[in-house]
Amino acid sequence: MRIIDTKEIEECVYNMARRAGLTLTDSCRAALSSAKERETGAAEFALSALLENEKTAKREQMPVCQDTGMAVVLLSLGRDVQLVGAPLKDAVNEGVRRAYEDGKFRKSICDPLTRVNTGDNTPAHLHVEIEEGDKAEITYLPKGFGSENMSRLFMLTPAEGREGIVNAIVETVRLAGSRPCPPVYVGVGIGGCFDSCAFLAKKALTRDVGSRNPRKDVASIEEEALARINALDIGPQGFGGKTTAIGVSCELAPTHIAGLPVAVNIQCHCVRCEKEVL
Amino acid sequence: MKRITLPMTKEQRESLRAGDSVLLTGTIYTARDCAHKRIFALLDEGKELPFPLQDAFIYYAGPCPAPEGKACGSCGPTTSARMNSFAPRLLDLGLPGMIGKGEMSEDVRAALKRNKAVYFAAIGGAGATYGNAVKRAECVAFPDLLSEAVYQMDVEDFPLVVAIDSEGGSIYDR
Repeated sequence: MRIIDTKEIEECVYNMARRAGLTLTDSCRAALSSAKERETGAAEFALSALLENEKTAKREQMPVCQDTGMAVVLLSLGRDVQLVGAPLKDAVNEGVRRAYEDGKFRKSICDPLTRVNTGDNTPAHLHVEIEEGDKAEITYLPKGFGSENMSRLFMLTPAEGREGIVNAIVETVRLAGSRPCPPVYVGVGIGGCFDSCAFLAKKALTRDVGSRNPRKDVASIEEEALARINALDIGPQGFGGKTTAIGVSCELAPTHIAGLPVAVNIQCHCVRCEKEVL
Repeated sequence: MKRITLPMTKEQRESLRAGDSVLLTGTIYTARDCAHKRIFALLDEGKELPFPLQDAFIYYAGPCPAPEGKACGSCGPTTSARMNSFAPRLLDLGLPGMIGKGEMSEDVRAALKRNKAVYFAAIGGAGATYGNAVKRAECVAFPDLLSEAVYQMDVEDFPLVVAIDSEGGSIYDR
């Protein structure tokens, strides 16, 4: 049995949130750079501005995007870990609260009906999975909502199959058009049930941009969807061009014999994601 | 790249074409979903608005808090389409244009054309670039809305693209 004080988790979340607000992931930056080489005109102008923006963010210590997001925290906890100290949820929220205050990040969380802001960007969306071992793996994803708003969930029939899945992905990006800050990163959940499917899509967004699912039949869905999306000519910022998405990542789970849930979670080009192991 | 200083004359607005890149300098006002709801409530009650619509460009944005020694925090555009239902009435009341990101509705396009107004696209996601170009920011209405309040901002060399011009031409048309 290994003992971890939740204060350590709080500190870890705090540091990850501070870093994530100011930095694109390496795989995202590389994808934007290579996209810039392929584009011309307004599309190239937009991609150059984004790469320059990250440098400005670093130099000025300002968030890359003002939408510093809803804090999504995925915790994979070894079953040989015993947590001591403050309740886990409180520790995670405290890490988020302090990071958004000290980092001068925008507080974007509000009551869904009254729209009154909670004032400190909490609560975080915390998801815990118990695994083997004695480690705590934490993934931090600040999720912006211009892109989140364009996400969709489909309850397809089994007969619709692979073709239906690819169509659902492409159609979601087509309908989103210029609104979610393309080029987008597309996270897809396939299978599970209504809610777990949506979570798979979110989890897919924590993968490196350009990575492929190890299952060949799934990787081929990722590749075909990406090619069809990039033929849509929406382009960077909707200005037209070859790059409407920088990646498609699919995650799978077994589903019911009667169904084929597909969740498409849209992430803008500002992919911010941090991973730490305690 | 054209340099533009606000306020713009009608002739200047009419000279712009969708796809033109510009650097904008002058005074603009932020407003997003909640602020628009409140502005509409004021209009419905016949009350005075917190800022004049004539000469005032609305920037669909909600900034991060300003770091020490800076006028403004990160401040890129938000999705303009959420303001589709608000923009036509404000344009008809004299608003010369808006700054945001992404396509807007046919109603907005018609209102821009009718009023010889212009819709600029800022580069979504370039929050640090825009925040750094804000030289002064002052909350002029609805401070309880925090980042969603109306801020009067003096900006310098905002990099923008003409998204929908005064003739209804749009960079989003294919």
